[in-house]
Amino acid sequence: MIKVSGLTNDYGARRAIQNLSFDAQQGEIVGFIGPNGAGKTTTMRILTGYMPPTDGEAIVAGYDVVEESLEVRKRVGYLPETVPLYTDMVVFDYLKFMGELRKIPNVDSRVDEVLDMVGLFERANGYIGNLSKGMRQRVGLAQALLHRPEVLILDEPTIGLDPGQVVEVRELIREIGKERTVLLSTHILNEAQNICDRVLIINKGRIVAEDTTENLQARLIGAERVIIRVRGEADELAKTVKLVKGVQGVETREDGSVEFEFASGKDLRPEVAKQVINSGYELIELRPLGMSLEEIFLELTGSDTEKK
Amino acid sequence: MRNIWTIAKREYDNYFNSPLAYVVAFSIFLPIGIYFSLIMFVSSQQAMQGGPAPASAPINWLFVFLMIFLSPALTMRLVSDEARMGTLELLLTAPIRDFELVAGKWLGAFLFVFSLIAVTLVFPIIINNYVSPGIDWMVVISSYIGVILICGALLALGTGISAIFTNQFAAFFVTLGLFFFLWFMVSLPASYLPQGGDVLNYLSLSTHFSQSMNNGTINLGDIVYYLSLIALGLFAGTTAVEIRRWR
Repeated sequence: MIKVSGLTNDYGARRAIQNLSFDAQQGEIVGFIGPNGAGKTTTMRILTGYMPPTDGEAIVAGYDVVEESLEVRKRVGYLPETVPLYTDMVVFDYLKFMGELRKIPNVDSRVDEVLDMVGLFERANGYIGNLSKGMRQRVGLAQALLHRPEVLILDEPTIGLDPGQVVEVRELIREIGKERTVLLSTHILNEAQNICDRVLIINKGRIVAEDTTENLQARLIGAERVIIRVRGEADELAKTVKLVKGVQGVETREDGSVEFEFASGKDLRPEVAKQVINSGYELIELRPLGMSLEEIFLELTGSDTEKK
Repeated sequence: MRNIWTIAKREYDNYFNSPLAYVVAFSIFLPIGIYFSLIMFVSSQQAMQGGPAPASAPINWLFVFLMIFLSPALTMRLVSDEARMGTLELLLTAPIRDFELVAGKWLGAFLFVFSLIAVTLVFPIIINNYVSPGIDWMVVISSYIGVILICGALLALGTGISAIFTNQFAAFFVTLGLFFFLWFMVSLPASYLPQGGDVLNYLSLSTHFSQSMNNGTINLGDIVYYLSLIALGLFAGTTAVEIRRWR
Protein backbone atom coordinates (compact mmCIF):
# COMPACT_ATOMS: atom_id res chain seq x y z
CA MET A 1 0.00 0.00 0.00
CA ILE A 2 2.86 2.33 0.80
CA LYS A 3 6.22 1.71 -0.78
CA VAL A 4 8.99 4.20 -0.29
CA SER A 5 12.47 3.83 -1.72
CA GLY A 6 15.42 6.14 -1.48
CA LEU A 7 13.31 9.13 -0.47
CA THR A 8 15.37 12.27 0.05
CA ASN A 9 14.26 15.82 0.65
CA ASP A 10 16.17 19.06 1.05
CA TYR A 11 14.92 22.35 2.43
CA GLY A 12 17.42 24.64 0.83
CA ALA A 13 20.77 23.48 2.13
CA ARG A 14 19.30 21.45 4.98
CA ARG A 15 18.64 17.79 4.28
CA ALA A 16 15.40 16.88 6.05
CA ILE A 17 15.25 13.23 5.10
CA GLN A 18 17.89 11.06 3.56
CA ASN A 19 17.50 7.89 1.56
CA LEU A 20 14.40 6.71 3.40
CA SER A 21 13.05 3.28 2.43
CA PHE A 22 10.18 1.38 3.98
CA ASP A 23 6.82 -0.12 3.14
CA ALA A 24 3.46 -0.73 4.74
CA GLN A 25 0.93 -3.38 3.82
CA GLN A 26 -2.84 -3.25 3.76
CA GLY A 27 -4.31 -3.83 7.23
CA GLU A 28 -1.12 -2.73 8.91
CA ILE A 29 -0.63 0.12 11.36
CA VAL A 30 2.86 1.51 11.14
CA GLY A 31 4.18 3.92 13.73
CA PHE A 32 6.63 6.62 12.85
CA ILE A 33 8.64 7.60 15.89
CA GLY A 34 11.24 10.27 16.19
CA PRO A 35 12.16 13.49 17.94
CA ASN A 36 11.15 16.91 16.64
CA GLY A 37 12.82 17.72 13.36
CA ALA A 38 13.60 14.10 12.59
CA GLY A 39 11.76 14.27 9.25
CA LYS A 40 8.44 12.63 10.17
CA THR A 41 6.25 15.46 8.96
CA THR A 42 8.34 15.94 5.82
CA THR A 43 7.93 12.28 4.92
CA MET A 44 4.20 12.41 5.56
CA ARG A 45 3.81 15.54 3.44
CA ILE A 46 5.53 13.82 0.56
CA LEU A 47 3.33 10.74 0.90
CA THR A 48 0.16 12.86 0.90
CA GLY A 49 1.15 14.66 -2.30
CA TYR A 50 1.59 18.00 -0.53
CA MET A 51 5.11 18.41 -1.81
CA PRO A 52 7.41 16.49 -4.13
CA PRO A 53 10.59 14.84 -2.84
CA THR A 54 14.01 16.03 -3.99
CA ASP A 55 14.92 12.49 -4.88
CA GLY A 56 13.62 8.95 -4.57
CA GLU A 57 10.27 7.36 -5.19
CA ALA A 58 7.09 6.80 -3.21
CA ILE A 59 4.15 4.67 -4.29
CA VAL A 60 0.96 5.11 -2.30
CA ALA A 61 -2.14 2.99 -3.00
CA GLY A 62 -0.54 1.93 -6.27
CA TYR A 63 0.20 5.42 -7.59
CA ASP A 64 3.34 7.49 -7.75
CA VAL A 65 3.12 10.53 -5.47
CA VAL A 66 4.75 12.81 -8.03
CA GLU A 67 3.46 11.51 -11.36
CA GLU A 68 -0.07 10.64 -10.24
CA SER A 69 -0.46 12.99 -7.32
CA LEU A 70 -4.22 13.50 -7.80
CA GLU A 71 -4.88 9.74 -7.76
CA VAL A 72 -2.83 9.41 -4.58
CA ARG A 73 -4.65 12.31 -2.93
CA LYS A 74 -8.03 10.72 -3.72
CA ARG A 75 -7.03 7.64 -1.76
CA VAL A 76 -5.24 9.17 1.20
CA GLY A 77 -6.73 10.65 4.35
CA TYR A 78 -4.41 13.09 6.07
CA LEU A 79 -4.41 14.66 9.51
CA PRO A 80 -1.65 17.27 9.69
CA GLU A 81 0.12 17.91 12.94
CA THR A 82 -1.31 21.37 13.65
CA VAL A 83 -4.85 20.40 12.49
CA PRO A 84 -5.45 23.51 10.41
CA LEU A 85 -9.18 24.28 10.25
CA TYR A 86 -11.35 27.22 9.25
CA THR A 87 -12.24 28.58 12.67
CA ASP A 88 -15.05 30.73 11.27
CA MET A 89 -16.90 27.73 9.85
CA VAL A 90 -19.50 25.48 11.40
CA VAL A 91 -18.27 21.89 11.94
CA PHE A 92 -20.88 20.35 9.67
CA ASP A 93 -20.37 22.89 6.88
CA TYR A 94 -16.61 22.41 7.01
CA LEU A 95 -16.84 18.64 6.69
CA LYS A 96 -19.41 19.00 3.95
CA PHE A 97 -17.03 21.33 2.09
CA MET A 98 -14.17 18.83 2.36
CA GLY A 99 -16.56 16.05 1.34
CA GLU A 100 -17.66 17.97 -1.74
CA LEU A 101 -14.04 18.53 -2.74
CA ARG A 102 -13.64 14.76 -2.51
CA LYS A 103 -16.88 14.25 -4.46
CA ILE A 104 -18.45 11.97 -1.86
CA PRO A 105 -21.97 10.84 -2.83
CA ASN A 106 -24.69 11.61 -0.20
CA VAL A 107 -22.25 13.83 1.54
CA ASP A 108 -24.69 14.96 4.27
CA SER A 109 -25.34 11.49 5.63
CA ARG A 110 -21.66 10.57 5.38
CA VAL A 111 -20.73 13.66 7.40
CA ASP A 112 -23.25 12.64 10.08
CA GLU A 113 -21.79 9.15 10.08
CA VAL A 114 -18.21 10.36 10.53
CA LEU A 115 -19.22 12.90 13.19
CA ASP A 116 -20.78 10.02 15.07
CA MET A 117 -17.57 7.97 14.70
CA VAL A 118 -15.43 10.68 16.28
CA GLY A 119 -18.06 11.56 18.88
CA LEU A 120 -18.81 15.09 17.73
CA PHE A 121 -22.41 14.63 16.65
CA GLU A 122 -23.72 17.08 19.27
CA ARG A 123 -21.28 19.78 18.18
CA ALA A 124 -22.11 19.54 14.47
CA ASN A 125 -23.70 23.00 14.43
CA GLY A 126 -21.06 24.72 16.53
CA TYR A 127 -18.31 26.94 15.17
CA ILE A 128 -14.91 25.27 14.90
CA GLY A 129 -13.38 28.31 16.60
CA ASN A 130 -15.37 27.55 19.76
CA LEU A 131 -14.16 23.95 20.02
CA SER A 132 -11.49 22.77 22.42
CA LYS A 133 -8.17 21.55 21.06
CA GLY A 134 -9.19 17.93 21.52
CA MET A 135 -12.42 18.48 19.64
CA ARG A 136 -10.63 20.22 16.79
CA GLN A 137 -8.31 17.25 16.64
CA ARG A 138 -11.34 15.07 16.17
CA VAL A 139 -12.74 17.34 13.46
CA GLY A 140 -9.40 16.90 11.69
CA LEU A 141 -9.67 13.16 12.11
CA ALA A 142 -13.25 13.22 10.77
CA GLN A 143 -12.01 15.12 7.74
CA ALA A 144 -9.36 12.45 7.13
CA LEU A 145 -11.89 9.62 7.40
CA LEU A 146 -14.66 11.17 5.27
CA HIS A 147 -13.84 9.51 1.96
CA ARG A 148 -13.01 6.08 3.40
CA PRO A 149 -9.38 6.37 2.36
CA GLU A 150 -7.30 3.30 1.57
CA VAL A 151 -4.35 4.90 3.32
CA LEU A 152 -4.59 7.03 6.44
CA ILE A 153 -1.70 9.27 7.36
CA LEU A 154 -1.94 10.80 10.82
CA ASP A 155 0.61 13.23 12.19
CA GLU A 156 0.47 13.02 16.01
CA PRO A 157 -3.21 12.00 16.13
CA THR A 158 -3.66 11.93 19.91
CA ILE A 159 -1.76 15.06 20.85
CA GLY A 160 -3.88 17.44 22.94
CA LEU A 161 -6.59 14.90 23.72
CA ASP A 162 -7.66 14.08 27.24
CA PRO A 163 -6.97 10.52 28.45
CA GLY A 164 -10.51 9.32 27.74
CA GLN A 165 -10.40 10.65 24.22
CA VAL A 166 -6.94 9.19 23.65
CA VAL A 167 -8.33 5.75 24.39
CA GLU A 168 -11.27 6.35 22.03
CA VAL A 169 -9.14 7.64 19.20
CA ARG A 170 -6.68 4.76 19.56
CA GLU A 171 -9.60 2.35 19.47
CA LEU A 172 -10.87 4.04 16.32
CA ILE A 173 -7.46 3.88 14.64
CA ARG A 174 -7.08 0.23 15.54
CA GLU A 175 -10.50 -0.46 14.05
CA ILE A 176 -9.62 1.36 10.83
CA GLY A 177 -6.23 -0.32 10.69
CA LYS A 178 -7.85 -3.73 10.36
CA GLU A 179 -8.74 -3.12 6.72
CA ARG A 180 -6.73 -0.09 5.70
CA THR A 181 -3.18 1.05 5.94
CA VAL A 182 -2.40 3.50 8.68
CA LEU A 183 0.83 5.44 9.04
CA LEU A 184 0.95 7.50 12.20
CA SER A 185 3.62 9.50 13.88
CA THR A 186 3.95 9.80 17.61
CA HIS A 187 6.53 10.41 20.25
CA ILE A 188 4.74 8.34 22.86
CA LEU A 189 6.18 4.85 22.87
CA ASN A 190 3.26 3.55 24.85
CA GLU A 191 0.98 4.67 22.05
CA ALA A 192 3.06 2.99 19.39
CA GLN A 193 3.17 -0.15 21.50
CA ASN A 194 -0.57 -0.05 21.93
CA ILE A 195 -1.74 0.37 18.38
CA CYS A 196 1.09 -0.18 15.94
CA ASP A 197 1.97 -3.47 14.34
CA ARG A 198 5.35 -2.13 13.43
CA VAL A 199 7.48 0.84 14.35
CA LEU A 200 9.97 2.88 12.36
CA ILE A 201 12.34 4.94 14.41
CA ILE A 202 13.61 7.93 12.54
CA ASN A 203 16.34 10.28 13.60
CA LYS A 204 18.03 13.08 11.67
CA GLY A 205 16.24 12.04 8.50
CA ARG A 206 17.27 8.40 8.59
CA ILE A 207 15.54 5.26 9.75
CA VAL A 208 17.61 3.99 12.66
CA ALA A 209 15.45 1.01 13.59
CA GLU A 210 12.45 -0.87 12.22
CA ASP A 211 10.68 -3.64 14.08
CA THR A 212 7.74 -4.48 16.31
CA THR A 213 7.80 -2.50 19.53
CA GLU A 214 8.36 -5.63 21.66
CA ASN A 215 11.31 -6.76 19.57
CA LEU A 216 12.75 -3.30 19.60
CA GLN A 217 12.70 -3.02 23.34
CA ALA A 218 14.06 -6.50 23.79
CA ARG A 219 16.78 -5.99 21.22
CA LEU A 220 17.83 -2.70 22.64
CA ILE A 221 18.00 -3.53 26.28
CA GLY A 222 18.28 -7.31 26.20
CA ALA A 223 16.84 -7.29 29.70
CA GLU A 224 13.73 -6.20 31.56
CA ARG A 225 14.06 -3.75 34.35
CA VAL A 226 11.77 -3.87 37.35
CA ILE A 227 11.25 -1.56 40.28
CA ILE A 228 10.41 -2.85 43.75
CA ARG A 229 9.39 -0.98 46.88
CA VAL A 230 8.80 -2.20 50.44
CA ARG A 231 8.26 -0.69 53.85
CA GLY A 232 11.74 -0.40 55.28
CA GLU A 233 15.35 0.19 54.30
CA ALA A 234 16.29 0.07 50.63
CA ASP A 235 19.85 -1.04 51.27
CA GLU A 236 18.71 -4.10 53.16
CA LEU A 237 16.15 -4.83 50.45
CA ALA A 238 18.82 -4.64 47.75
CA LYS A 239 20.81 -7.35 49.48
CA THR A 240 17.72 -9.58 49.64
CA VAL A 241 16.90 -9.04 45.98
CA LYS A 242 20.45 -9.92 44.99
CA LEU A 243 19.97 -13.36 46.52
CA VAL A 244 17.59 -14.38 43.73
CA LYS A 245 19.40 -16.24 40.98
CA GLY A 246 19.50 -14.43 37.62
CA VAL A 247 18.94 -10.95 39.00
CA GLN A 248 21.42 -8.36 37.81
CA GLY A 249 22.11 -4.68 38.05
CA VAL A 250 20.58 -4.10 41.45
CA GLU A 251 20.51 -0.43 42.38
CA THR A 252 18.90 1.51 45.19
CA ARG A 253 17.06 4.63 44.15
CA GLU A 254 16.80 7.96 45.90
CA ASP A 255 13.12 7.47 46.67
CA GLY A 256 13.86 4.36 48.71
CA SER A 257 12.95 1.80 46.11
CA VAL A 258 15.19 -0.73 44.42
CA GLU A 259 15.69 -1.34 40.75
CA PHE A 260 16.91 -4.59 39.22
CA GLU A 261 16.86 -6.38 35.88
CA PHE A 262 16.84 -9.85 34.39
CA ALA A 263 17.25 -11.27 30.90
CA SER A 264 14.13 -10.61 28.84
CA GLY A 265 11.76 -13.54 28.36
CA LYS A 266 12.71 -14.95 31.77
CA ASP A 267 10.35 -13.26 34.17
CA LEU A 268 11.88 -13.40 37.68
CA ARG A 269 9.25 -11.21 39.36
CA PRO A 270 7.47 -14.08 41.18
CA GLU A 271 10.76 -15.38 42.56
CA VAL A 272 11.82 -11.92 43.72
CA ALA A 273 8.43 -11.31 45.35
CA LYS A 274 8.59 -14.66 47.15
CA GLN A 275 12.10 -13.96 48.40
CA VAL A 276 11.19 -10.48 49.62
CA ILE A 277 8.04 -11.60 51.45
CA ASN A 278 9.78 -14.62 52.97
CA SER A 279 12.42 -12.25 54.33
CA GLY A 280 9.67 -10.49 56.27
CA TYR A 281 9.25 -7.34 54.21
CA GLU A 282 5.87 -5.75 53.44
CA LEU A 283 5.79 -5.53 49.65
CA ILE A 284 4.17 -2.30 48.41
CA GLU A 285 5.08 -2.11 44.77
CA LEU A 286 6.54 -4.31 42.06
CA ARG A 287 6.32 -2.99 38.53
CA PRO A 288 8.21 -3.27 35.27
CA LEU A 289 10.11 -0.19 34.25
CA GLY A 290 9.37 0.06 30.51
CA MET A 291 12.02 1.71 28.47
CA SER A 292 10.88 5.14 27.39
CA LEU A 293 11.28 6.40 23.88
CA GLU A 294 13.83 8.85 25.16
CA GLU A 295 15.91 6.01 26.50
CA ILE A 296 15.59 4.04 23.30
CA PHE A 297 16.71 7.13 21.50
CA LEU A 298 19.67 7.70 23.69
CA GLU A 299 20.52 4.07 23.10
CA LEU A 300 20.17 4.33 19.33
CA THR A 301 21.76 7.70 18.81
CA GLY A 302 24.35 6.99 21.48
CA SER A 303 25.62 3.93 19.62
CA ASP A 304 25.51 6.08 16.50
CA THR A 305 27.95 8.58 17.92
CA GLU A 306 30.22 5.84 19.21
CA LYS A 307 30.72 4.56 15.70
CA LYS A 308 31.81 7.99 14.61
CA MET B 1 -14.95 22.39 -12.77
CA ARG B 2 -16.99 21.14 -9.85
CA ASN B 3 -14.04 21.77 -7.56
CA ILE B 4 -13.81 25.37 -8.71
CA TRP B 5 -17.48 25.80 -7.87
CA THR B 6 -17.12 24.12 -4.44
CA ILE B 7 -14.27 26.44 -3.49
CA ALA B 8 -16.00 29.50 -4.93
CA LYS B 9 -19.17 28.76 -2.98
CA ARG B 10 -17.31 28.52 0.33
CA GLU B 11 -15.40 31.71 -0.41
CA TYR B 12 -18.61 33.53 -1.37
CA ASP B 13 -20.36 32.48 1.85
CA ASN B 14 -17.25 33.44 3.76
CA TYR B 15 -17.54 37.06 2.61
CA PHE B 16 -20.91 37.35 4.30
CA ASN B 17 -19.35 36.20 7.58
CA SER B 18 -16.55 38.72 7.33
CA PRO B 19 -16.85 42.28 8.62
CA LEU B 20 -14.30 43.38 6.03
CA ALA B 21 -16.67 42.57 3.18
CA TYR B 22 -19.39 44.69 4.74
CA VAL B 23 -16.94 47.53 5.22
CA VAL B 24 -16.04 47.30 1.54
CA ALA B 25 -19.70 47.23 0.51
CA PHE B 26 -20.41 50.23 2.73
CA SER B 27 -17.40 52.13 1.38
CA ILE B 28 -18.72 51.63 -2.13
CA PHE B 29 -22.42 52.27 -1.66
CA LEU B 30 -22.14 55.34 0.55
CA PRO B 31 -20.15 57.48 -1.92
CA ILE B 32 -22.11 56.10 -4.86
CA GLY B 33 -25.41 56.88 -3.17
CA ILE B 34 -24.32 60.44 -2.43
CA TYR B 35 -22.97 60.85 -5.95
CA PHE B 36 -26.23 59.55 -7.42
CA SER B 37 -28.29 62.00 -5.35
CA LEU B 38 -26.07 64.84 -6.55
CA ILE B 39 -26.41 63.81 -10.18
CA MET B 40 -30.19 63.68 -9.86
CA PHE B 41 -30.29 67.01 -8.07
CA VAL B 42 -28.07 68.85 -10.53
CA SER B 43 -29.89 67.35 -13.52
CA SER B 44 -33.27 68.35 -12.19
CA GLN B 45 -32.00 71.91 -11.68
CA GLN B 46 -30.55 72.08 -15.17
CA ALA B 47 -33.51 70.40 -16.81
CA MET B 48 -35.28 73.76 -16.66
CA GLN B 49 -32.57 75.22 -18.87
CA GLY B 50 -32.45 72.20 -21.20
CA GLY B 51 -29.36 70.58 -19.65
CA PRO B 52 -28.35 66.94 -20.30
CA ALA B 53 -30.39 64.09 -18.87
CA PRO B 54 -28.83 62.12 -15.97
CA ALA B 55 -26.90 59.01 -17.02
CA SER B 56 -25.67 55.98 -15.13
CA ALA B 57 -22.20 55.96 -16.72
CA PRO B 58 -20.62 58.25 -14.07
CA ILE B 59 -21.94 55.95 -11.35
CA ASN B 60 -20.34 52.91 -12.95
CA TRP B 61 -17.14 54.86 -13.37
CA LEU B 62 -17.15 55.69 -9.66
CA PHE B 63 -17.83 52.04 -8.81
CA VAL B 64 -14.77 50.94 -10.79
CA PHE B 65 -12.68 53.79 -9.38
CA LEU B 66 -13.55 52.73 -5.82
CA MET B 67 -12.80 49.10 -6.66
CA ILE B 68 -9.23 50.09 -7.53
CA PHE B 69 -8.77 50.92 -3.85
CA LEU B 70 -11.14 48.44 -2.23
CA SER B 71 -10.78 45.23 -4.22
CA PRO B 72 -7.28 44.54 -2.81
CA ALA B 73 -8.99 44.22 0.59
CA LEU B 74 -11.29 41.57 -0.84
CA THR B 75 -8.54 39.49 -2.40
CA MET B 76 -5.65 39.97 0.02
CA ARG B 77 -6.44 37.03 2.28
CA LEU B 78 -7.75 34.60 -0.35
CA VAL B 79 -4.66 32.39 -0.53
CA SER B 80 -2.20 34.14 1.80
CA ASP B 81 -4.32 33.60 4.89
CA GLU B 82 -4.77 29.90 4.08
CA ALA B 83 -1.00 29.63 3.92
CA ARG B 84 -0.59 31.47 7.22
CA MET B 85 -3.21 29.41 9.06
CA GLY B 86 -1.95 26.17 7.52
CA THR B 87 -5.31 25.29 6.01
CA LEU B 88 -3.63 25.37 2.61
CA GLU B 89 -2.02 22.06 3.57
CA LEU B 90 -5.40 20.32 3.59
CA LEU B 91 -6.46 21.91 0.31
CA LEU B 92 -3.20 20.96 -1.35
CA THR B 93 -3.59 17.35 -0.21
CA ALA B 94 -7.20 17.20 -1.42
CA PRO B 95 -7.69 15.86 -4.94
CA ILE B 96 -7.93 19.24 -6.63
CA ARG B 97 -5.60 20.89 -9.10
CA ASP B 98 -3.73 24.00 -8.09
CA PHE B 99 -5.46 25.91 -10.88
CA GLU B 100 -8.88 24.85 -9.60
CA LEU B 101 -7.98 26.17 -6.17
CA VAL B 102 -6.88 29.57 -7.48
CA ALA B 103 -9.74 29.85 -9.97
CA GLY B 104 -12.24 28.91 -7.27
CA LYS B 105 -10.90 31.58 -4.95
CA TRP B 106 -11.12 34.15 -7.73
CA LEU B 107 -14.63 33.09 -8.70
CA GLY B 108 -15.79 33.39 -5.08
CA ALA B 109 -14.49 36.95 -4.87
CA PHE B 110 -15.91 37.73 -8.29
CA LEU B 111 -19.37 36.48 -7.34
CA PHE B 112 -19.31 38.67 -4.26
CA VAL B 113 -18.41 41.75 -6.31
CA PHE B 114 -20.98 40.67 -8.89
CA SER B 115 -23.59 40.86 -6.12
CA LEU B 116 -22.46 44.41 -5.36
CA ILE B 117 -22.65 45.29 -9.06
CA ALA B 118 -26.17 43.87 -9.23
CA VAL B 119 -27.24 46.23 -6.45
CA THR B 120 -26.14 49.25 -8.49
CA LEU B 121 -28.69 48.31 -11.15
CA VAL B 122 -31.23 50.26 -9.10
CA PHE B 123 -29.62 53.50 -10.31
CA PRO B 124 -30.30 53.12 -14.06
CA ILE B 125 -33.77 51.82 -13.21
CA ILE B 126 -34.51 54.94 -11.17
CA ILE B 127 -33.09 57.22 -13.84
CA ASN B 128 -35.18 55.44 -16.45
CA ASN B 129 -38.31 56.35 -14.54
CA TYR B 130 -37.42 60.05 -14.47
CA VAL B 131 -36.21 60.50 -18.00
CA SER B 132 -38.44 60.63 -21.03
CA PRO B 133 -38.43 58.60 -23.29
CA GLY B 134 -36.26 56.40 -21.03
CA ILE B 135 -32.51 55.72 -21.13
CA ASP B 136 -30.50 53.91 -23.77
CA TRP B 137 -30.29 50.43 -22.28
CA MET B 138 -27.64 49.33 -24.80
CA VAL B 139 -25.24 51.89 -23.35
CA VAL B 140 -26.08 50.67 -19.85
CA ILE B 141 -25.44 47.06 -20.84
CA SER B 142 -22.13 47.95 -22.47
CA SER B 143 -21.12 49.86 -19.36
CA TYR B 144 -22.00 46.95 -17.13
CA ILE B 145 -20.06 44.50 -19.31
CA GLY B 146 -17.11 46.82 -18.82
CA VAL B 147 -17.60 46.95 -15.04
CA ILE B 148 -17.83 43.16 -14.84
CA LEU B 149 -14.72 42.64 -16.97
CA ILE B 150 -12.57 45.18 -15.17
CA CYS B 151 -13.63 43.86 -11.75
CA GLY B 152 -12.86 40.32 -12.92
CA ALA B 153 -9.41 41.48 -13.98
CA LEU B 154 -8.72 43.34 -10.73
CA LEU B 155 -9.79 40.39 -8.64
CA ALA B 156 -7.75 37.90 -10.70
CA LEU B 157 -4.60 40.00 -10.28
CA GLY B 158 -5.36 40.36 -6.57
CA THR B 159 -5.86 36.60 -6.19
CA GLY B 160 -2.58 35.95 -8.00
CA ILE B 161 -0.70 38.35 -5.72
CA SER B 162 -2.36 36.85 -2.64
CA ALA B 163 -0.97 33.45 -3.62
CA ILE B 164 2.55 34.86 -3.64
CA PHE B 165 2.44 36.19 -0.08
CA THR B 166 1.84 34.59 3.31
CA ASN B 167 1.14 37.95 4.93
CA GLN B 168 -2.19 39.36 3.80
CA PHE B 169 -1.15 42.97 4.35
CA ALA B 170 1.86 42.52 2.10
CA ALA B 171 -0.55 41.18 -0.52
CA PHE B 172 -2.87 44.15 0.04
CA PHE B 173 -0.22 46.81 -0.50
CA VAL B 174 1.39 45.14 -3.49
CA THR B 175 -2.01 44.73 -5.12
CA LEU B 176 -2.98 48.32 -4.35
CA GLY B 177 0.33 49.55 -5.73
CA LEU B 178 -0.12 47.58 -8.95
CA PHE B 179 -3.67 48.89 -9.49
CA PHE B 180 -2.60 52.43 -8.74
CA PHE B 181 0.16 52.10 -11.30
CA LEU B 182 -2.06 50.54 -13.95
CA TRP B 183 -4.87 53.03 -13.45
CA PHE B 184 -3.06 56.37 -12.99
CA MET B 185 0.58 56.08 -13.88
CA VAL B 186 1.18 53.80 -16.80
CA SER B 187 -0.25 56.12 -19.44
CA LEU B 188 1.15 59.34 -17.93
CA PRO B 189 4.36 59.44 -19.98
CA ALA B 190 2.49 58.45 -23.16
CA SER B 191 1.92 62.02 -24.34
CA TYR B 192 5.59 62.95 -23.89
CA LEU B 193 6.99 60.01 -25.79
CA PRO B 194 7.65 60.30 -29.52
CA GLN B 195 6.95 56.59 -29.97
CA GLY B 196 5.45 53.77 -27.96
CA GLY B 197 2.76 55.91 -26.38
CA ASP B 198 0.09 53.63 -27.82
CA VAL B 199 1.54 50.65 -25.99
CA LEU B 200 1.43 52.49 -22.68
CA ASN B 201 -2.10 53.63 -23.33
CA TYR B 202 -3.07 50.06 -24.16
CA LEU B 203 -1.68 48.86 -20.83
CA SER B 204 -3.71 51.36 -18.85
CA LEU B 205 -6.69 49.96 -16.97
CA SER B 206 -8.73 53.11 -17.28
CA THR B 207 -8.56 53.78 -21.04
CA HIS B 208 -10.24 50.47 -21.84
CA PHE B 209 -13.13 51.36 -19.61
CA SER B 210 -13.63 55.10 -19.26
CA GLN B 211 -13.18 55.94 -22.91
CA SER B 212 -14.95 53.03 -24.52
CA MET B 213 -17.20 50.51 -22.80
CA ASN B 214 -18.56 52.95 -20.29
CA ASN B 215 -19.75 55.13 -23.18
CA GLY B 216 -21.35 52.30 -25.08
CA THR B 217 -18.53 51.24 -27.42
CA ILE B 218 -17.51 47.63 -27.18
CA ASN B 219 -14.15 46.86 -28.78
CA LEU B 220 -12.73 43.40 -29.15
CA GLY B 221 -9.39 44.85 -28.05
CA ASP B 222 -10.83 45.97 -24.71
CA ILE B 223 -12.39 42.60 -24.04
CA VAL B 224 -9.15 40.82 -24.97
CA TYR B 225 -7.24 43.17 -22.64
CA TYR B 226 -9.37 42.34 -19.61
CA LEU B 227 -9.56 38.62 -20.38
CA SER B 228 -5.75 38.56 -20.70
CA LEU B 229 -5.42 40.17 -17.28
CA ILE B 230 -7.76 37.56 -15.80
CA ALA B 231 -5.69 34.78 -17.39
CA LEU B 232 -2.46 36.40 -16.19
CA GLY B 233 -3.69 36.73 -12.62
CA LEU B 234 -4.91 33.14 -12.44
CA PHE B 235 -1.75 31.84 -14.07
CA ALA B 236 0.45 33.79 -11.65
CA GLY B 237 -1.60 32.47 -8.72
CA THR B 238 -1.36 28.86 -9.90
CA THR B 239 2.38 29.16 -10.41
CA ALA B 240 2.79 30.69 -6.95
CA VAL B 241 0.89 27.79 -5.36
CA GLU B 242 3.03 25.29 -7.27
CA ILE B 243 6.18 27.04 -6.08
CA ARG B 244 4.88 26.80 -2.48
CA ARG B 245 4.89 23.02 -2.82
CA TRP B 246 8.55 22.98 -3.77
CA ARG B 247 9.67 25.22 -0.97
